[in-house]
Amino acid sequence: MWNLIVRHLNDLVAVALFVIGFADLLFQKNMIKKVIGLNVMDSSIYLLLASQGYITGRKAPIITDGVMSAEYYINPIPSGLVLTGIVVSVSVTALLLSMTIRMYKKYHSLDLDYCLMMARGEG
Amino acid sequence: MDFIKNFPFFSIMLSMFCAIVLSVLNRKAAKYMTRIVLGAVVCLSVAVLFFTIQRGESYVYYMGHFPAPWGNEIRFGCLESLFSLFVSLIAFLSVVAGTKAVEDDVEDRKENLFYILVCLMTSSLLAMSYTNDLFTGYVFIEINTIAGCGLIMVRQIGKTTVTAIRYMVISILGSGLFLMGVTLLYTLTGHLLMSNIKESVAELAQSGEYRVQFTIVIGLMLVGLAIKSGLFPFHLWIPDAYGQSNVVSSSLLSSTVSKGYIFLLIKIFVRTIGFDVIKSCGVLYICFTLGVVAMILGSVMALHEKSFRRMIAYSSIAQIGYIYMGIGLGTAAGVAAAVFHIFAHGATKSLLFISSSEFTEGSHTKTIEELKGLGYKYKFSAFCYSVGAFSIVGFPLLAGFVSKLLLGGAAIGHGAMQWIALLALAVSTILNAIYFLRTVIYLFIPDKAEKTDKPDMVPAYSMNCEDYVFGILILVMINLVLGLASGPIINIINNGLDIFS
Repeated sequence: MWNLIVRHLNDLVAVALFVIGFADLLFQKNMIKKVIGLNVMDSSIYLLLASQGYITGRKAPIITDGVMSAEYYINPIPSGLVLTGIVVSVSVTALLLSMTIRMYKKYHSLDLDYCLMMARGEG
Repeated sequence: MDFIKNFPFFSIMLSMFCAIVLSVLNRKAAKYMTRIVLGAVVCLSVAVLFFTIQRGESYVYYMGHFPAPWGNEIRFGCLESLFSLFVSLIAFLSVVAGTKAVEDDVEDRKENLFYILVCLMTSSLLAMSYTNDLFTGYVFIEINTIAGCGLIMVRQIGKTTVTAIRYMVISILGSGLFLMGVTLLYTLTGHLLMSNIKESVAELAQSGEYRVQFTIVIGLMLVGLAIKSGLFPFHLWIPDAYGQSNVVSSSLLSSTVSKGYIFLLIKIFVRTIGFDVIKSCGVLYICFTLGVVAMILGSVMALHEKSFRRMIAYSSIAQIGYIYMGIGLGTAAGVAAAVFHIFAHGATKSLLFISSSEFTEGSHTKTIEELKGLGYKYKFSAFCYSVGAFSIVGFPLLAGFVSKLLLGGAAIGHGAMQWIALLALAVSTILNAIYFLRTVIYLFIPDKAEKTDKPDMVPAYSMNCEDYVFGILILVMINLVLGLASGPIINIINNGLDIFS
């Protein structure tokens, strides 16, 4: 059991972080905390991807000394996916923050539920 | 002829580059450029559709130089091209017919920003329909979310910002779950291309390994995409988002954006994982149950709604339920009916939203009661709105009738599910009829009291805006074509689903 936990430590931490981020994004009322939750959630997925791509004892996927066999290198695709994912999550975060600024200017609050209530009141 | 194989790629890139170029154009140039580009995309999609129907097979197009397990691919058969045609046509017609509404709602000098969002949305939907790679699918889902969020915000009243934030937060929850599903599927199979995933899933399913893991992956993807398309328990953002934004945005969001996610889900179910594996792990019962509940509850909520635009939005929840019920039946006929309903509902909902713009914008009508007598003032819009209402209720000759017939036909022969599905269809149709025909009747009740308190009645769009008349008439015709000439379209859908897997 202990061995299993140690071997899959990265995956377990990633799933735990995913749950924390997801719950944060869903249940927090404060927009800034929501954005933090979004970033925790996305980062956990990148952690999972990156740790799946790494193979212990192998080298970075750059051909050195003419060794062409794939046996010596780690899987480079997950790293590429992580980079793409980071770009996506940065743009989503930027958009969400800019909308938060807009909302704050209008309702002077960061509380999404309160602002929803105010917006309903406008009819 | 083989040159046509490049067209799917061209259509994605054309609309994406158009979005970039639009940022430096003024409003008039932006308007015409968007129309030209969307029209060109429609033509390209028609060419691809005829090409794939003629050849009767699907094609794979390498993006870059590397073949299958490593490179990125576009894949197109007749179903994908039909969906792309649908998306680009609805986008084109909504933009043309809603020109006036856009001019009214969007701030001066910022109209080009609106058209950027439309082009971005179209290109991401096209990419979602053509791509053969799950991660590319995820990236375009996010682009679509960003574009959708902007589309809600274009109408600059304070509450749309809050609505857009809520839409964004809920959408991000959905795409987070979807990305987690993609990641886990990648670790299980080692592939991102749909055809490769299918091979290794079939191998793993035969050996009986990783059953629980596959169920989790399928569940994550289903819930993620269901949240984004607004299936019943996740529908809370729909009424605000469709009810407050600009009519063109509402029409695009309800008839194309949410359908794009469902199309991707069908692609994942049928093409990526394989329908047999999906059936054996039982998630289809969830689809079916939520679909049936949505069909009834969506209609009940629409019945209680007093605001006109929000009522149309609530009916979208019910219609999304129809589609999920079709998928949940778990047969080829069910999926075909669901795909047909995607088209039928898209054509009808955009017609309803855009023709309602004349009542809501023209005379500042908000509630259903205020519609009284407007049918005589705005004859053309009232007629077109009635066509849409009849179609969604399911009158013969129109699109909604055929899709309900197909769904009912697909349900027969399923034991207990058959009765639940047929009963839900019947109840939902009756509720649909009650709340949609109520608005039609209100439109044509002569209003005795003169509307003196509303001096700023705008003259009818149909009098001075040819674009509006043109767009709406084509939408009416699409409804008629889907209703009268449904045979060939159903054939295309069935052939497309055959070569899908």
